[in-house]
Amino acid sequence: MTRLPDDLNIDLHYWMRLTRTMDDQLVNLWKQGRGVGTTFNQRGHEAISVGAGMVLAPDDVVAPMHRDLGCYLVRGMTPRRLMANQLGRATGVTRGRDANLHGCGDLSLNLIGFISHLPQSMPVALGAAMSFSYRSEPRVALTFAGDGSSCAGVFHESLNLAAVQRAPFVVIVENNQYAYSTPLHQQMAIDRLADRATGHGVESRTVDGNDVEEVYRSVEAAVGKARDGGGPTLIEARTMRMLGHAIHDGAEYVPQALLDEWGARDPLVIHEKRLTSRRLVDHEYLARVTEKCREIVADAVEFAESSEWPDPRTVSDGVYAA
Amino acid sequence: MDSNRTGTRTMTYIEAITDGLRTEMRRDPDVLVMGEDIGGEFGGAFKATKGLEAEFGARRVMNTPMTELAFIGAATGMGLMGLRPVIEVQFADFISTGFDSIVQYAATTHYRWQAAVPWVIRAPADGGIRSGPFHSQNPEAWFVHTPGLKVVAPATPSDAKGLLLAAIRDNNPVIYFESKPLYRSLRGEVPRGDRATPIGRARIAREGHHVTVITYGEMVRQALLAADGMAPEVDVEVIDLRTLKPLDRDTITASVCKTGRAVVAHAANRLAGVGAEIAADLGQTAFEYLDAPIHRVGGLDVPVPFSPPLEDAYRPGADDIMAAIRETVAY
Repeated sequence: MTRLPDDLNIDLHYWMRLTRTMDDQLVNLWKQGRGVGTTFNQRGHEAISVGAGMVLAPDDVVAPMHRDLGCYLVRGMTPRRLMANQLGRATGVTRGRDANLHGCGDLSLNLIGFISHLPQSMPVALGAAMSFSYRSEPRVALTFAGDGSSCAGVFHESLNLAAVQRAPFVVIVENNQYAYSTPLHQQMAIDRLADRATGHGVESRTVDGNDVEEVYRSVEAAVGKARDGGGPTLIEARTMRMLGHAIHDGAEYVPQALLDEWGARDPLVIHEKRLTSRRLVDHEYLARVTEKCREIVADAVEFAESSEWPDPRTVSDGVYAA
Repeated sequence: MDSNRTGTRTMTYIEAITDGLRTEMRRDPDVLVMGEDIGGEFGGAFKATKGLEAEFGARRVMNTPMTELAFIGAATGMGLMGLRPVIEVQFADFISTGFDSIVQYAATTHYRWQAAVPWVIRAPADGGIRSGPFHSQNPEAWFVHTPGLKVVAPATPSDAKGLLLAAIRDNNPVIYFESKPLYRSLRGEVPRGDRATPIGRARIAREGHHVTVITYGEMVRQALLAADGMAPEVDVEVIDLRTLKPLDRDTITASVCKTGRAVVAHAANRLAGVGAEIAADLGQTAFEYLDAPIHRVGGLDVPVPFSPPLEDAYRPGADDIMAAIRETVAY
């Protein structure tokens, strides 16, 4: 794997650190009883969501899922809007209509929102890709799915349709070992999830999802191929969901040995070691970035908590487009 | 000028659907059609898209694999990007295969993040043509019960075209239920050009003073037959709803307040059908004006059977509407 440019690696680190800081603060808020509903943990997914998101051009379209906070941030959705959405406020992305990261779409940022039926993002992002072919535009659509989603019918229908249409479409499967409480061996009888693509005629590869440089390089190749008319690609990015499914879940069902194994390979630690060993940054720089991210997140919390609740008189507004 | 030469043409119901598709595809390059077997010379199981690929090319007349979840979801993605896909699901019965893509994703999108999903699903519905449990259904109630969708059901060639135009131009997901038994058995005058039938407005198909029959789709024809059968003793008003969601409650209520009697009829099974909502609504809005209980006519709560005697026992028709009218008038 060839090295990424130094500036890019420094940028990738910033977005991963901001993601981690915001996620940690979400966990804190909920533990303090300041949360609304639930929140989905991001720890372990930062390299995938940030790495893939950073590859895309502004005109490309992306449909992230509930573990892709990093991708929303990279695409320009502000921590303020995201935090306000987490807390159900009128200033949130969905004006209180949808929970946590759900529904955080914004076409001005070329972001498509997801629903809880996660693999439903597959055909919708594919449709965006098909619209680019229809209009002969050099754009790409990318979406994320999980190991759980990869078992669903719509996942396979979408891969099949993408291959038939030779659509400019990239799927990142974040294989984090668990679908809620169900381990991989109870979900599928294959060793390599990426093999699911083969039967549909879709090229695939498996990458280390905790190494942001590897994630970026593989997504860059897939997006480039799609843009050049080479059709869809599936990338299986392996990682570990380091906390529960959502904030309520202690995940006692996960063996400690597995957490220890992956905990020693934390995506942020790996990348920070890379930056310091290449002498691109020093520890003082890393501390400054952490402090800056804390300030940004604290501002977002302040903004969200002081924002108005949605007016109940607007409950019926916006069901239909004009 | 000669209005018959420039204003209308006589067409069958299915010819009007094809004319509507062609009209919109000529007018707007963002309109495309997609579905199973719709392309090429074949032109769809019912030939509604025959000739379109020759005129517009395979890019705009897209044959899909048998993947309703994927191609309806893909239509949502296309709609988000500004295209206006028209999906044929071949038989309305098969629409359940794509249910999540419709009721979970497409229907909720605008409420959640204010993005418009302009697509149309053409669903060839209805029975009476000896096609059995999986080629005869009327599943409109599932979708009327879903916030975020619009549902239309034309009863005439004119509305088959006019409502299709309106559905394609609407910025929301619209389910367009077309009636298979009307395809080639009903002819009528259809406006040339691009005159749309507004969504949400019912039509008085026949004026009368003694009782109102409220219905839609093929049952409008049955209701008109029933009205002929009751004349001149009973003067029947027939409302063709045209749109099932949003319902034109004002037209329904005004008519029943005038006649004082109501029969609600549809081919779909009666239990928790669209007619139940209409009857319940009238129970509030027209209570003081009603001279008799509201009667409902609908299919039985059984799967649509195949064999002719069984299907005829299942499916309501003009005789059942007449029986309901007699009961309400005799009350």
